[in-house]
Amino acid sequence: MNQSAPLAVELRGITKRFPGVVANKDIELRVRRGEVHAIVGENGAGKSTLMKTLYGMHRPDEGEILLDGRPVSFRSPADAIAAGVGMVHQHFMLADNFTVLENVVLGSEPTRGMRLDRAEARRRIRDISDRYALGLDPDDLVEDLGVGDRQRVEIAKVLYRGATTLILDEPTAVLVPQEVDELFGNLAELKREGLTVIFISHKLDEVRKVADAITVIRRGTTVGEADPRTTTAKQLAEMMVGSELPTPQTRTATVRDTAVLQLTGVTVATPGGRPAVDDVSLTVREGEVVGIAGVEGNGQAELVDAIMGLRPLAAGTVVLGTDDITSWSTRRRREEGLGFIPEDRHRQGMLLEAPLWENRILGHQTRPPAVKGAFIDRKAARSDTERIMRDYDVRAPGPDTLAVALSGGNQQKLIVGREMSARPRLLIAAHPTRGVDVGAQSVIWELLKDARAEGMGIVLISADLDELIGLSDTLHVMLRGALVATLDPGHLTPEELGSHMTGAGDNAVGAA
Amino acid sequence: MNVLRRARLALLAPLLAIVVALAISALVILLIGEDPLAALRVMVDFGDSPSQQTQAIVVVLNRAVPLFLAGLAVSVAFRMGLFNIGVEGQYRLATILAAAAGAAVSLPAPLHVALIVVVAMLVGAFWAGIVAVLKVTRGVSEVISSIMLNFIALGTASFLLTGPLRGSREGSSIITTEEVPESGRFPDLNGVLGALGLAEPRTELYGFLLVAVVVGVVVAVLIKRTRFGFDLRASGLSPSAATASGVDARGMVVKTMLISGAIAGLIGLPDLLGAQYSYGTEFTAGLGFLGIAVALLGRNTPVGIALGALLFAFLDRAAIPLQFADIPASVVTIIQGTIVLAVVVANEIARRLTRNQAERGNAVAPPTTGDGSTGGGQGPGGGPPPDDGPGSGTGPGLRTATGDAGRTDQPQGAKA
Repeated sequence: MNQSAPLAVELRGITKRFPGVVANKDIELRVRRGEVHAIVGENGAGKSTLMKTLYGMHRPDEGEILLDGRPVSFRSPADAIAAGVGMVHQHFMLADNFTVLENVVLGSEPTRGMRLDRAEARRRIRDISDRYALGLDPDDLVEDLGVGDRQRVEIAKVLYRGATTLILDEPTAVLVPQEVDELFGNLAELKREGLTVIFISHKLDEVRKVADAITVIRRGTTVGEADPRTTTAKQLAEMMVGSELPTPQTRTATVRDTAVLQLTGVTVATPGGRPAVDDVSLTVREGEVVGIAGVEGNGQAELVDAIMGLRPLAAGTVVLGTDDITSWSTRRRREEGLGFIPEDRHRQGMLLEAPLWENRILGHQTRPPAVKGAFIDRKAARSDTERIMRDYDVRAPGPDTLAVALSGGNQQKLIVGREMSARPRLLIAAHPTRGVDVGAQSVIWELLKDARAEGMGIVLISADLDELIGLSDTLHVMLRGALVATLDPGHLTPEELGSHMTGAGDNAVGAA
Repeated sequence: MNVLRRARLALLAPLLAIVVALAISALVILLIGEDPLAALRVMVDFGDSPSQQTQAIVVVLNRAVPLFLAGLAVSVAFRMGLFNIGVEGQYRLATILAAAAGAAVSLPAPLHVALIVVVAMLVGAFWAGIVAVLKVTRGVSEVISSIMLNFIALGTASFLLTGPLRGSREGSSIITTEEVPESGRFPDLNGVLGALGLAEPRTELYGFLLVAVVVGVVVAVLIKRTRFGFDLRASGLSPSAATASGVDARGMVVKTMLISGAIAGLIGLPDLLGAQYSYGTEFTAGLGFLGIAVALLGRNTPVGIALGALLFAFLDRAAIPLQFADIPASVVTIIQGTIVLAVVVANEIARRLTRNQAERGNAVAPPTTGDGSTGGGQGPGGGPPPDDGPGSGTGPGLRTATGDAGRTDQPQGAKA
């Protein structure tokens, strides 16, 4: 490594403890000025804690932070911003009904007298947009923008505040491959202008493509720095998890003839406007994984709700096995063999402030082992939770732990275990591995594969194209509420799939 | 150890709140030129003779029984995130109709009492049911409709009292309904006091205390141990997760409000069947609103509510002795008010603390939300949550939808 280059950011021996846990231990990080430095590691490895430390959201217990060689101490993100460190969060923090300009200046408005100086703001935003090729029009409404543009607004927000070091937290999680390429183009511009980018990810191929240097974090500590030019994705993954990289591949067909789920002409209306789900027909057979690809916001969530009975249909029928379940309640659907792994586990899958054993019951309130007649069988619920924790590798102190105390991967494994334990005929898996680490991801993939082999029908919705291509037997592409293409995942690259998702290459990307 | 720690955490917030409230109240008493310590002495002085002391205990218990029932009624709704502010109207209307029904019929003693109780519960449930129906069919916020229905209930009760159900003689200063005959009255518990070796008090200890205890136990079991209770608590903790798990949100709103209203119907009965025997212009008012305070204080658990009710009853008893000591009785109201405010603040602080602890993997804290008392807005109509920032309890959502916009990026509102 070139030790003579000036270090934009240096972390020395950073240790951060929370009661009972050491989240970061002896972290060593050296980021040179003007480079894209990737930080990779499993979820729960401590990346977020580290970035929160660097962004001033909490203070380290030990160690020091140096910016341009000077030790600094941040009491709040405001201090970090003042020192030129900015953060682009994974989930955008934009007001939809504001323009780009208003979003960018929000919180640090240029004023003339008491009024917002729009001319000055517009000039500066144009300037930033041109300099870094962000292609933003300050007067566009954010709600009209696609995901990629919104991300650029977030970046512009940070640059507007004078950041010279940008932290990007999982920036590609929400993007399709084409948008990822655009983002990488933007990062190159930033680099050219001498800015430093810290890029957090666990997508190793991307990291190798964009980063100048890679620091790997495992179990709260830095295990080493890697050179992306000489390190393979496999080697990186092994550094990350200390084992081999799992793949989602399943090529032995287990599809049987009996259909478990048949959707015919399913349409979900939205108040005023075109339907969220538009005349969707599809069949899932026993032992078949039917993947649904699409840019998020194209009706997948509404389709899931329609199958689960959480949203009324404007037209069409849903048939489970031989029963027309169109008019059934969600509870009855669940009782008759629908399993559900929701896309947003915090919103639909868990009671965060309830213990794990109560979360075991959730969605299965009417079935043994957790209930006996009208009563909750606490003992059985606890012991069955322990079984799930054992069988599905949920790492938690015990069934009385609050769900909120678990990492995302462990929460997800609990949900998967709970749903699998009910032996559903059809499982709806919406983003089953979103936000979980590589270890949990491979566990979940294995579970899905096993269930498929046993004859379970699975509807898989995912933004992870490798996962979709790897696991699916049939792949539908959803665009603006309709199924626009049916593809054979056997001969498909993520790039091809990505162009189908955006409407076969035309630039009509964007939220529905 | 674990249990001890839980208990300590659960008690810490209310105790702290009471201490803060007492400090503020002491300041207020000082400001009006009285001696806080003297006031405190008066409040804890239960009298000299054994009979006086027993009497004081009876007064406190008799006051605590309706407060406990009121707190319970409010807490059941709170548990699923519903704000039943209509308890006041529910119990007033229930009490006058139950009094009228009790006076109109003549039955053997146990049946007579049972009839009165059933009528009261049905009327309370019916009145609360209106709120539920408005909410599930028209999306009317239960806060608004239950407040409005309070006015209608009080007006209706006044009309009934002065009109069709008037029992007192023409021209008497206090208007009441017909008296409930002997067979419809609830036997007292003074025998128990005697058996405990306490002196005979001047008035009766309400036998309805036993009913309240039974209702408390039933509610505790219902909420904590049954499937129904699980659905109810799940709806309170996360309406969206509950709906996805198969809970029928509309049905839960109706059932919960019916139960809450039925319990509210009981609030007036201890006084009606134990001391007054008729509903009149002088009948105890305001218990429904005090019930909200008691439920907050007791953090929506039956045991906590019982303690809260006892505390409030103890404070209420002090009003008259304070006046004898030339200290304004409104001191009691000030203390009660500050306790409620302090408890709301303390609960929220405790909730955040326990949550932060849990998030850091130190999972010993008891869940403190889901009582609907502190966590986030009770969104009128239960619109789609803007973002499930965990812990932001939105009102029970009847629509399960997230907006169509924002699927992609979960806008979280602007944040600089």
